[in-house]
Amino acid sequence: MNELVFFINNVVIAGSVTGSIYAIGAVGITLVFSIMRFAHFAHADMMTFGAFMVLLLTTLFPQAGQAIGVPTAIVMLPLAIVLTALLAVIIDRTFYRPLRAHGVKPIVMVIASLGVTLILQGLIRLFAGTGGQSLYVDDRKEIFRLALPIEGVRMPVVITEPQLYLFALTILAVIGLHFFLSRTRLGKAMRAMSDNPDLARASGINTNMIVAVTWMLVGGLAAIAGTLLAMDVTFKPDLSFHILLPIFAAAIVGGVGQPFGAIAGGFVVGFAETLAVFNWSVLLRPFRDNLPTWLELPGNLAFVGTEYKIVVPFFILVAILVWRPTGIFKGKVI
Amino acid sequence: MTPIIDVRHVNKAFGGLHVINDCSIQVEKGSITGLIGPNGAGKSTLFNIIAGALPLDSGQVLLDGEDITNWPANALFHKGLLRTFQIAHEFSSMTALENLMMVPPSQPGESLKSVWLTPRRVREQENEVKQRALEVIDFIGLNHVRNELAGNLSGGQKKLLELGRTMMTEARVVLLDEIAAGVNRTLLGDLVGNIERLNRELGYTFLVIEHDMDMIARLCDPVIVLAQGTVMVQGSIEEIQNNPEVIEAYFGAGAA
Repeated sequence: MNELVFFINNVVIAGSVTGSIYAIGAVGITLVFSIMRFAHFAHADMMTFGAFMVLLLTTLFPQAGQAIGVPTAIVMLPLAIVLTALLAVIIDRTFYRPLRAHGVKPIVMVIASLGVTLILQGLIRLFAGTGGQSLYVDDRKEIFRLALPIEGVRMPVVITEPQLYLFALTILAVIGLHFFLSRTRLGKAMRAMSDNPDLARASGINTNMIVAVTWMLVGGLAAIAGTLLAMDVTFKPDLSFHILLPIFAAAIVGGVGQPFGAIAGGFVVGFAETLAVFNWSVLLRPFRDNLPTWLELPGNLAFVGTEYKIVVPFFILVAILVWRPTGIFKGKVI
Repeated sequence: MTPIIDVRHVNKAFGGLHVINDCSIQVEKGSITGLIGPNGAGKSTLFNIIAGALPLDSGQVLLDGEDITNWPANALFHKGLLRTFQIAHEFSSMTALENLMMVPPSQPGESLKSVWLTPRRVREQENEVKQRALEVIDFIGLNHVRNELAGNLSGGQKKLLELGRTMMTEARVVLLDEIAAGVNRTLLGDLVGNIERLNRELGYTFLVIEHDMDMIARLCDPVIVLAQGTVMVQGSIEEIQNNPEVIEAYFGAGAA
């Protein structure tokens, strides 16, 4: 039974953590694509910016959370969301809108977003340094060890405090997004613009405002994903940048332009990664006595080594593009 | 009387191709004005300029005396200037009814404030919009397909939906871009009837691009003939049909 707990810790929990972060990240990518029709490479660095804002605020007011008993980083998150939303709008006004006004091709926007990536990463490095820093400045990162009430189980299920916040915030973000897109006029106007921008304008929808709202939403979601990722490990200027490709894979797997597809895609990619690096040997060990003698159980039996984890999203991406290019939920083919 | 649409000396070129050359047209309030001309005469380009879908190079467009040159389409919409598309546009992932409901009278929910602060008022307004959409969909005879995805409607039904869209708000001028193209005869009768009713009962002004001469003859007075990006002649349909210049432009030299 200890092996089962090992599986829960290393696959169920780890996969949900990775999946949640990919999911929130991929929603941002997919929203930008559905409204503005380009692949926004600077999204990961918007995530880092959000986490950086939290780091900055937490360093300034390290005691803020203790009064109400939550980590200071969580207390600062709403403010970081607002600041990142603002940054997203400013970036759009400064870099993307002038290009849009000239009616450039999507690839030009993609290159521009690569430029924004470099600017953001440089700026964050300039102020935060290149090393890792914990978002838990004055708080302690709680680790919960839940012993299962089963005979003979010595290993506890381990879950950390930031992981619990991550799950809660992911669920809230998904519900909030669903409510926003399906119930509010603004959300419906976003869907309308994604469907047919010319008709949206001819129907009196102010598409410039929809673009601004989209960026606020994208910036806010990026701040959530970036902060939760940095809380789970440590803040680094290139932390989110390294998950840019899995996030894109998640958006494409889910069907580009489909917010809920992106969430599904995030979990597919997240679980695929953790399952691929999981040491299956552990699960087989209890049956060692029943195996034929010529079969020696190796110490490590994973599909890929941990250091090659990054190939998994690529493999899924290739498979999806070959067999179902529109993604799980029918999205736009790119 | 000020014309409701006053296009003054408009020029538009795509690269080296001059599509609209010093073109001036007036549309009188309450009229159904036809805009005809051979292919490539610049009808659709002129339409797109008036509707705010294309920037012009020089010239002026006035709506009821107000300068609306280069206004975006959504701002014109709120001034009561609406258009339909030559190739019917629809929000394909929404139902026919939802398509109409995307066109609210005064969009309260679209300012950020009202989304968050007055959900009840927004809901009330939403109900009003729905009532209006139900009336409109009945008027255009699409009640039986109102819950179909708009992407699955036939070409003719999509055209009717386009017309319905213009009825969701208090329009002053509607630009109809080949609304009859691809619509079968029975449906066309409905369409023409609806346009006449809107003109007579609600006082809509129409500017109509059309290739179907029967429809032009039945609906439009006056008719403007565009050729090579400028006005060739303007007059009643009889005058146009007997004008040798027009016949030459349409059928080539020697046809008359």
